[in-house]
Amino acid sequence: MIPVRQCLKLAPLCCQIRHGSRMFPQLKRGSFNRITDEDVNLFAGIVGQNGIKTEELDHYNTDWLNTVSGFTELVVSPKSVEEVAAVLRHCNGRRLAVVPQGGNTGLVGGSNPVFDEIVLSLERLNNISHIDPYAGIVECEAGVILQNLSDKVGEHGYTVPLDLGARGSCFIGGNLATHAGGLRVVRYGQLRGSVLGMRVVLPDGQILDGRSNMRKDNTGYDIKQLFIGSEGTLGVITDVSLLLPQTPVSVNMALFGCDSFDDVIKCYRLSRQCLGEIVSACEFMDSLCMTSVNDILGLASPLEDSHPFYYLVETSGMNMDHDMEKLETCIEKVFESGCATDGVMATSKDQARHMMSLRENIAPALKAVGFNYKYDVSLPIQHMYSLVEKIRNKMRKTEGAFSVGYGHLGDNNLHLNIITPQYCTQALSLIEPFVYEEVSRLKGSISAEHGMGLKKANYLRYSKDPSMIAMMRSLKDVFDPNGIMNPYKLLPWND
Amino acid sequence: MSGLRVLVGCKRVIDYAVKIRVRPDSLGVVTDGVKHSMNPFDENAIEEAVRMKQKKVVKEIVVASCGPSQSQETIRTALAMGADRGIHVEVPAGTDANLQPLAVAKIFSKLVEKEKPDLVILGKQAIDDDANQTTQLLAGMLDWPQGTMASVVNASDGSLTITREIDGGLEDISVSLPAVISADLRLNEPRYATLPNIMKAKKKKIEKMTPDKLGVDITPRLKILNVVDPPVRQAGDKVPDVTTLVEKLKEKGHL
Repeated sequence: MIPVRQCLKLAPLCCQIRHGSRMFPQLKRGSFNRITDEDVNLFAGIVGQNGIKTEELDHYNTDWLNTVSGFTELVVSPKSVEEVAAVLRHCNGRRLAVVPQGGNTGLVGGSNPVFDEIVLSLERLNNISHIDPYAGIVECEAGVILQNLSDKVGEHGYTVPLDLGARGSCFIGGNLATHAGGLRVVRYGQLRGSVLGMRVVLPDGQILDGRSNMRKDNTGYDIKQLFIGSEGTLGVITDVSLLLPQTPVSVNMALFGCDSFDDVIKCYRLSRQCLGEIVSACEFMDSLCMTSVNDILGLASPLEDSHPFYYLVETSGMNMDHDMEKLETCIEKVFESGCATDGVMATSKDQARHMMSLRENIAPALKAVGFNYKYDVSLPIQHMYSLVEKIRNKMRKTEGAFSVGYGHLGDNNLHLNIITPQYCTQALSLIEPFVYEEVSRLKGSISAEHGMGLKKANYLRYSKDPSMIAMMRSLKDVFDPNGIMNPYKLLPWND
Repeated sequence: MSGLRVLVGCKRVIDYAVKIRVRPDSLGVVTDGVKHSMNPFDENAIEEAVRMKQKKVVKEIVVASCGPSQSQETIRTALAMGADRGIHVEVPAGTDANLQPLAVAKIFSKLVEKEKPDLVILGKQAIDDDANQTTQLLAGMLDWPQGTMASVVNASDGSLTITREIDGGLEDISVSLPAVISADLRLNEPRYATLPNIMKAKKKKIEKMTPDKLGVDITPRLKILNVVDPPVRQAGDKVPDVTTLVEKLKEKGHL
C-alpha cells in the first residue's frame, strides 16, 4: 500500500500535542516568579485592556505543527516600542519569563511557552511607516504580516527579498528573529544582507535604536546582526528598515521530472549555467512528496507520469523575451543531456502559481497525515538525498512510517521529514541523534533555516564548536542577565 | 467517423491573474509590460481539439490567432499543447485593442473558406472584452449550426451532441457537421505544455497573413467612449441586533 495512505490509516483522528515540557521530561521550570493579579493590572495599565488576554490562549500556547504546547495564562500585546519597553522593564524587575511571539509559524517550538512564560505578542505593532520609492527601502514595525508587507511595497514596484509558504501568517519581526530563509535566498541572498537598520528592546527595557536607511555604514560593531537569528533570546525586535529588490516583470516556472538525484543535480547545474542571473528559485522534491500533495490536498501534478524526483526552477527578470531565450536554451540542453525525462513550463500566472504551490504545500500535506519529525539541514549537495535514504532504511520496520526529502536545492538545504501515524519515542530514538551525527560528520548544519528553538537547542554542539557556544552564553548574559527572554530556547539547557 | 479537420481560434489577452490598471486617458487598460497569456476559454478549446485528435476523431488541428506579432507566442503554446500547424493573422500592435468580434468573425470566415475545416472551436468569450459574440457571428456568416457554451462534446457519425451551460441549467443539443462551437470552462482541464512538446512545436509551421490579404475590412464599428474602475466599495455598518438592522434598513429606504 502506498506509504502515505498506510500512514493515514493508522493515524488517530487528532494529532497528539506534546507539551514542550513533556517532550523533554528532564526540563525543569526555571526559578522565575509567577504572575500575580497585580502584574496583570500593571500590564493592562501599560497596553490597555485590549492588549491583555487571559482566556482562550490555545492559539498562542500551541505551535503550528501541533507538536508542542505550553501553559501561559497571559498574552500581552503592546502597540508601541515604548509599551514593549515598559512591559519588559517590569518583567525584568519581577523576574517573569517572557516569550516574544510573531505569527507563531515557527517549526522548532521556539515561539511558544514551555511552562507559564508570558507571551509578548507583536501583533499590534503592525504599522508600515514609510516606503522610499527611489531608494527601494521600507520602514515598518515587527508585527507586519509578510504578505501585507509584500502587497504594500508591491504597489511601488518593489518586492520583499524573502518569500516562504507561511507568508499569510508570519510577521517580519519573526522572520528576522529566526533569520528565515525561504524560496528566494538563491536570488536575493540571506535576509540579514537586506537589513539596513533595526530597533530592539532589551530585556531590561532599554531601547537600542539602530534604525538607519543607509546602504553602507561601517561605523563600529554591527550589533543588529546579533539579534537577527537570535530567536527572541536577546531582546525584542520592534522596527526594521529593509532594502527591497525590484518586482520582476517576467516570471517563468519550469518543472522537470528526473530519474535519480544525480540527474537532479545535473539538471540544477545546467539550469544555473544557462539561466544565470535570472534564477529566482531552485527547489526539489521526491515522488512521495508529490504523492502527498496529490492525495491529501488534491493538487494535481502537471506531468502525466510520476517521477522519482522533481526539480522546479523559477526565473524572474525584467524582459520577457530575454528570459524566454535563456529558458529555451536551458530546456534544450537539459533534454539533450538526458538528465530530465519530462518537464512542463507554465504558460500563465495561474499555472506558475500551481506549480509553486505543489512545493509549498508539502509541509501542510504531511502535517495532515500524521506526526512529523522535521529536520532542516544543510549538506554538501551530493549528499543531500543519501541522508533520506539512510533514514528510510532505518525506519523500514516501523509500521506506517515513511520518509521524504525536499527543499531548497539552490541553497543545499534539505528538508528531511519522517512521518509516523503518531508520536512515538521509539521512532524518535531511531532518528535522533543519528540525523545530527550524520550531518555533523558531513560538516553540515543541523538547522539550515528553521533555527534551534526548543526542539534542537540541546544539539547545538553538532554544528558549533564549544568555544563558539561558550561565547554565545557570554553574550546572552550581557544582554539578558536575569535570563527572562525566551528561556529554554536556542542555547543548550542539557547537553 | 474519423479524419476531421478542426480550426481552433485563440487570443492573446492580459493574463487573468494580473491586476488591471486603467490607462490615464481612460480609453482602455495598461498593456505595456504586463503579462499576457492565452485566453483561458481558448485553452479549453485547444484541449478539446487535442482530446478529439487523441481519440482519432480529428486528424488535423489548425490553430489561428488574430493579433500583434506577440500572438505568435500564443500560437506556439497551442502547438505545444498538440495543434499541428498555426495561422497568424497579424494586425499592427496598438490597433489590436480595436479588433472587434465582427472583424474577427469575418477573418475566420475567410480562413474557413481557405482551410475547409469540418469543425470550428472557439473560446466562449475573451476575458478582456467579455463579448461572447465571435462564435455566433461566425456561425451566422457561414450559415453553420452553432453549439455555444459547450461543457460536454461528443462526436458520432457526422454530428455532435453538445451539452450547453445555460441560465436555466444544462441543455443537450445535436448539431450536424460542419459546425461552430464555443468552449466553456467546464468542458475540460487544459493540459500543461510539456517541455519536449514545446521544443517540437518550434518546428511546426506558422503561416502569416494579414486582414488585407484575406480581403477583410477590420475597421471597428464600436467606439470605446470611456473606461473607468468600478466604484470603491464603501465600508459597511455593523449593527448589534436585529431591531437595529431593521431600523437601518427602513432609514435607507430598503424596507
